[in-house]
Amino acid sequence: MAAIFQGVGAAAALSSSPSNSFDSKKFVFSPCRSFSVRKGASFAVVRSDGRVNLNPKGRRAQQLISNAVATKSDNAAASSSSKPGHELLLFEALQEGLEEEMERDPRVCVMGEDVGHYGGSYKVTKGLAKKFGDLRVLDTPIAENSFTGMGIGAAMTGLRPVVEGMNMGFLLLAFNQISNNCGMLHYTSGGQFTIPIVIRGPGGVGRQLGAEHSQRLESYFQSIPGIQMVACSTPYNAKGLMKAAIRSENPVIFFEHVLLYNLKERIPDEDYICNLEEAEMVRPGEHVTILTYSRMRYHVMQAAKTLVNKGYDPEVIDIRSLKPFDLYTIGNSVKKTHRVLIVEECMRTGGIGASLIAAITENFNDYLDAPIMCLSSQDVPTPYAGTLEEVTVVQPAQIVTAVEQLCQ
Amino acid sequence: MALSHLAASASRSSSLLKPLSSALSLRRSISGDNSPLTVETSVPFTSHQCEAPSRSVETNPKELLTFFRDMALMRRMEIAADSLYKAKLIRGFCHLYDGQEAVAVGMEAAITKKDCIITAYRDHCTFVSRGGTLLEVFAELMGRQAGCSKGKGGSMHFYKKDSNFYGGHGIVGAQVPLGCGLAFAQKNSKDETVTFALYGDGAANQGQLFEALNISALWDLPAILVCENNHYGMGTAEWRAAKSPAYYKRGDYVPGLKVDGMDALAVKQACKFAKEHALKNGPIILEMDTYRYHGHSMSDPGSTYRTRDEISGVRQERDPIERIRKLILSHDLATEKELKDVEKEVRKEVDDAIAQAKESPMPEPSELFTNVYAKGLGVESFGADRKEVRATLP
Repeated sequence: MAAIFQGVGAAAALSSSPSNSFDSKKFVFSPCRSFSVRKGASFAVVRSDGRVNLNPKGRRAQQLISNAVATKSDNAAASSSSKPGHELLLFEALQEGLEEEMERDPRVCVMGEDVGHYGGSYKVTKGLAKKFGDLRVLDTPIAENSFTGMGIGAAMTGLRPVVEGMNMGFLLLAFNQISNNCGMLHYTSGGQFTIPIVIRGPGGVGRQLGAEHSQRLESYFQSIPGIQMVACSTPYNAKGLMKAAIRSENPVIFFEHVLLYNLKERIPDEDYICNLEEAEMVRPGEHVTILTYSRMRYHVMQAAKTLVNKGYDPEVIDIRSLKPFDLYTIGNSVKKTHRVLIVEECMRTGGIGASLIAAITENFNDYLDAPIMCLSSQDVPTPYAGTLEEVTVVQPAQIVTAVEQLCQ
Repeated sequence: MALSHLAASASRSSSLLKPLSSALSLRRSISGDNSPLTVETSVPFTSHQCEAPSRSVETNPKELLTFFRDMALMRRMEIAADSLYKAKLIRGFCHLYDGQEAVAVGMEAAITKKDCIITAYRDHCTFVSRGGTLLEVFAELMGRQAGCSKGKGGSMHFYKKDSNFYGGHGIVGAQVPLGCGLAFAQKNSKDETVTFALYGDGAANQGQLFEALNISALWDLPAILVCENNHYGMGTAEWRAAKSPAYYKRGDYVPGLKVDGMDALAVKQACKFAKEHALKNGPIILEMDTYRYHGHSMSDPGSTYRTRDEISGVRQERDPIERIRKLILSHDLATEKELKDVEKEVRKEVDDAIAQAKESPMPEPSELFTNVYAKGLGVESFGADRKEVRATLP
């Protein structure tokens, strides 16, 4: 199967029609870095030997290309437009990624509440139970502590479970298992056991879901040694990161966002993965580096439009990898722009932004022309009232003001 | 009141030491042979929602002598760990298993190395019964490189992957869901193996236990939950912590069996029964009625919540090693002197292992950062700066 290793995330064109408060204008992202093959990269890289292999789906082995959107030789009758790839929503992209990995490796199994017969509360696991059976798509009782523990125990023997928390906030009940067993067993056993588990679920502030269902757990988990954390934000990187997370031998906590499930994008047909520890260059620029992840990416891009009109040129990076930080991409950006703004949905205290500020200051202090600014959610439980909830998270207008302040 | 119960069970045992099988008129050599021997357990099994197995246990001289040697080794190892701790060569937490050896040894006799065992922090002897060497034990306790976890785990984190020993866990009760996960993997692989998830009477009150039991029963997993009831959760007696100290009944719809945990043969019989049961009918709970001579850990004298008379009473009447010794002597399988020689041998083995472990170096500073993540596997991935996630020490 032709598989292309994607170094830089964005597809050539994104048409996003999210269901909620974003403008439905098109954002065009162009990859700013061409992909270069590292010597000795063992994972399947397409070789440019000029041979054309037409497989049943009509795909063609391409030369090494920087974006993963291949051109099809024959017209795929199914797609209505002449554009390559296929269009789907973010939850469908996650489902596709899961399904492909479950087909590829019989050790992958899914456990969570209502993932099987019900199809998943956000439809991410829809159809999987019918296809793979009850022993690979397991409906659990409401017992996060124990089924997360069971997933970790199964992972110790070599199975690759994908544990779903119906809402990330419920995983607080499994904190002991995630911190002590998931994160630390590889170390305390002297390397004997690896825990190739993926713990995923939606988190973040939604539409008036109330305080307990609007938690951002990335700040609580970030100190746990031994785990990796990623946050997806587009259908493209959702599928890519999901596949990479399942194939990784390390435990990965995969953060999705409740409001992003209905994002639509055209993604490539062929098999691709996204690098777990790499950040995504969303919009290259010169004046200021804006670091963001998950839903705030869209608020930032909205603000970016206003900023461009006002004459600024922000560089927007979706950090994607929350643990460890991709200090390489971030550092290169800081060296170019000398100004950093972090926009996140975490609370200010002890959040991802706080750690990022520390990391950037420690490593790149000499390159900064101004103190790092960090826009985070307010340190309050998320209120139910709509107007209050809006003020709890960072809004595009605040981002514009912050950039103007930073660039004075 | 605990003391009277313990004494009562002991008096029943002393009357059953008359040989029940064909008398062996010739004294066998110390290594024993495989000729069958039937022994009755000290007390009958009490069961919940199932038929108790028979009290007559099939064994043979070789097995009895192995039991004796293994338990003597474990006892000696734990006493030596005690001295090492007092000499400050072992630091932190050290939870000793002496008194409970029969559980580890009896369980091992009933199963294969393909079956999984997972336990909590009182894991030194279980590790040895699964095939761990004394050197690995002492080196790990002293934090040296030759330890089973390369010195990075410590007393509470012994693991042996190749013989399916999954540890070694510090947080009370957390190993039980892990154990049910192991059983889930075994069910998936369909290789007719089971998992023994051990926990204590203190952990029996953890919610995650019942959660895991529910899921195991629902999914029909070959999980055997073994409660090593030594009657004290650190300093709290069982009757002060549990409204219903009948831990084998706590599974409600899950069958349970109460076993005399100081009788290695009873443990062996129960574990054999449990394995057959779990493979056919799903989870089962075993409650091992046992006792620890030391305190909860080295920082607990063990005498503030129980009387010294109680401890010495149990030691006199129910000690597992003494029971096997009397069995061997009454069946003429070995002489007193031969058994004493075994103990001397075992003592020398332990001393040698300690000496060897003391020579093992402490881990290299670079070992601080190894095994945090599994590198170079699966998808190509790297840390910040496109290099290994690493920091330089000053």
